[in-house]
Amino acid sequence: MTTAAILEKLPYSAPFLFVDTLEAIDEQQVTGSFTFRPDMEFYKGHFKGYPVTPGVLLTEVMAQIGLVCLGIYLTGGPEGVSFGLTSTHVEFMRPVLPGEKVTVTGEKIYFRFGKLKCRVTMINAQGETVSSGEIAGMIVHPANRNS
Amino acid sequence: MDKTALMATIKEVVAPYTKNPEALATLNEDTDFLRDLKINSANLVDVVLDVEEKFNIVIDNDSMEKMINVRSAMEVVENKLAAP
Repeated sequence: MTTAAILEKLPYSAPFLFVDTLEAIDEQQVTGSFTFRPDMEFYKGHFKGYPVTPGVLLTEVMAQIGLVCLGIYLTGGPEGVSFGLTSTHVEFMRPVLPGEKVTVTGEKIYFRFGKLKCRVTMINAQGETVSSGEIAGMIVHPANRNS
Repeated sequence: MDKTALMATIKEVVAPYTKNPEALATLNEDTDFLRDLKINSANLVDVVLDVEEKFNIVIDNDSMEKMINVRSAMEVVENKLAAP
């Protein structure tokens, strides 16, 4: 599957799409990037007079690129199938300021019994590690989405 | 491996994932992973993978689906260990 096809199959749209480009993907790992535009709404409130990207959004970028994109690649992204987030263990080392571009690499730890677990690392434009950790999700089928 | 040792090992494997220490303390063959130990279904995958590692076996999808309580987990492990 091409990176363009994966981007097409992502189940997100603005204002909650946090993948700009995918640089590489194979059975084992994925690399992609996202730029936090200075005009993004949440910077008005996080923090008051001192805009810094919230950790939950860094986690979201890590999950969308490092877990969901790889999950779509590994499953072929059949219609109606998506990933439900099941756990995040993430450490944050550096702040990400408005306008910064971050690059995420997700490496598969395992994909068994419908659960994908990845080691995910985020770096900034200087190549410094911003955050890293382990994120997991499970395939969710439409039939049991509400169960 | 006798049943007591097998159950002790399974208890050790599920311990980090259980949300119910009382049920873990009184763990027996009838202890249900989801209902009694309150292990969430995503972590049940990790329990199965840890069982594989502990006993050096490979568990297929059908066996995984059977592993709902301590008894069925013990049976799956015993069958896999007995297989040539």
